Amino acid sequence: MSTLRTTRLRAAGLACIAALPLFAGCAVEPWVKPYERDRLADPIMSWDRDPVSSAYMHHVYEAREGARGATGSAGGGCGCN
Amino acid sequence: MRGARPAAPGADVAVIEGRAGARVAKAAAVLAALVALALPAVAGVLPEERADVLFHSYDGGGVTIQGPSLLVRKQFADKFSASANYYVDRVSSASIDVVSTASPYTEERTQYSVGFDYLHDSWLLNLGFTSSEENDYTADTFSVGVSQDFFGDLTTLSLGYSVGSDEVRRRGDSEFSADVDRRQYRLGLSQILTRSLLLGLSFETITDEGFLNNPYRSVRFIDDENPRGYSWESEVYPRTRTSDAAAIRLRYYLPYRAALHAEYRTYTDTWDIRADTFELGYTHPIDGGWVIEAKVRGYSQTAASFYRDLFPRSRFQNFMARDKELSTFDSTTFRLGASYDVLRGGWRFVERGTVNIAYDHILFDYADFRDVTRGGAPGDEPFYSFDADVVQLYLSFWF
Amino acid sequence: MLKKMLGMAAGLLLASAVGAGEISGPAPNFSLPSRSGEQVSLEDLKGQVVMINFWATWCGPCRKEMPHLEALHQRYANLGFTLLGVNVDEDTSGVEEFLKETPVSFEVLFDPENEVSELYDVVAMPSTVMVDREGNLRYMHHGYQSGYENEYQAQIRALLRE
Repeated sequence: MSTLRTTRLRAAGLACIAALPLFAGCAVEPWVKPYERDRLADPIMSWDRDPVSSAYMHHVYEAREGARGATGSAGGGCGCN
Repeated sequence: MRGARPAAPGADVAVIEGRAGARVAKAAAVLAALVALALPAVAGVLPEERADVLFHSYDGGGVTIQGPSLLVRKQFADKFSASANYYVDRVSSASIDVVSTASPYTEERTQYSVGFDYLHDSWLLNLGFTSSEENDYTADTFSVGVSQDFFGDLTTLSLGYSVGSDEVRRRGDSEFSADVDRRQYRLGLSQILTRSLLLGLSFETITDEGFLNNPYRSVRFIDDENPRGYSWESEVYPRTRTSDAAAIRLRYYLPYRAALHAEYRTYTDTWDIRADTFELGYTHPIDGGWVIEAKVRGYSQTAASFYRDLFPRSRFQNFMARDKELSTFDSTTFRLGASYDVLRGGWRFVERGTVNIAYDHILFDYADFRDVTRGGAPGDEPFYSFDADVVQLYLSFWF
Repeated sequence: MLKKMLGMAAGLLLASAVGAGEISGPAPNFSLPSRSGEQVSLEDLKGQVVMINFWATWCGPCRKEMPHLEALHQRYANLGFTLLGVNVDEDTSGVEEFLKETPVSFEVLFDPENEVSELYDVVAMPSTVMVDREGNLRYMHHGYQSGYENEYQAQIRALLRE
């Protein structure tokens, strides 16, 4: 695939995802209610329970492997407030 | 060593692509930030207040690295949080590269990070600065990120941008100084699928520009005039590198209270390196305040286009590398971790505390990087492999 | 393109829902078991100003809010005010342990099947609903942030004066 086409695809993809918030106003009924988030609020369901430890391991791998990036996630949890 | 000549058309396109990608990603970031400002006022939560004290130890391939990592994070007025991290690597290196071409050394790398979070209604803004210093390398990175919850707080979108500026120096050559310019663009989407299942997607594009190689490392080429059969010369890297990584993560809550997680990441870059990462983990709490964790990670990559263990002659091509980090190899990790709740019921301002230990055993297996310290005709030495043991001991407090 | 986006963004801003506000209509009746074991019904509390707070042990802001709710209950309970803490934990065994460390004197009701949460359309944790003496819904709060307790206090006083 040509690099210009890759760039354009990347741009289109990013624009689609960035436009997602615009649809937040649309009435999408949350299928998991806020009072049903008990399991997701459990610390064992956290994406990153030990940030200092995981940051260290990412460094161990990045210093020895060619790949880098896409190592984190946000969201989930109790959804309070 | 003369500076690298601008080489194959690939390098220029990589720069153009990198810049176009940068504009696109910048536009997406601004757009999302603007839209985020307009969203309904369903508020989010600041990152939790905590303090961690960690001691890390790495031992493998002739290299031992130890040091501490400390983190403190505090919230203010329900709207702000600030964090600081202090991290040190004390390196004692007699690695394969070092013993092949030089002599063992010790050095120390110190890293400071500060972070700042601001919560406004439904979006969370994060600013961070990291500075790392060792006697021959300085790296400064500034990052900004924004994250937004929507669709009933089931979806979280996050965008991140980092700018890094490095200075590369060389021990024993006070005249030598080169720069590296780094940009990182991150996009993350987290989706609650069911009461028990979380999905995460992340994308990251990184562009590097400048002196990207190691001023001490060499490549080897066949040299009949040398009794060994080969000689060394300085490595030459392209001045740009753009990489793309995409990852998918799942986290599942098992009904008897345990968690399973799986992850896959794919990576590709303009140096032609392709890599896949798989990870599978299991977290199991045990009555009495214990949490046990087991994890398996598999990583495999294919070599950079300009990598070779042995070049046929001196200055064989424009770019030459013999860094095993750019070779074709696999790494497999087995991890076991345990955590124990201490200070149950709190102690003064501390709400909760844990004592943790984690052990990782990593096996590295190279398919086109040879171990020249073991005998053999040039190009016929056995392929290199080594194991590493990583131990982490840490205390975490929440207040 | 960007201008169009900004225009839509401005429109969304104006149309956005708020985290707290006035509501109206009769408060749906319900009957739930309390900590003491007896059934508590909203209908029986007509004539009192009732504040219904939906909370869970796993929700950080809910736990932060508790001491403030206890203070409000102690201050206004003798003046015709009742606070009902509706707990939505699926597994109620952790609730007693939590209440041992954070004791409260107001009624804690259990809604593990989430029937009342659905009835009151709880869209955030915690959620607070104010019901006046005649059994009508008056105010609603979604989430908790420092300072909300002052709003609660002002609304309770206003409803008590009616």
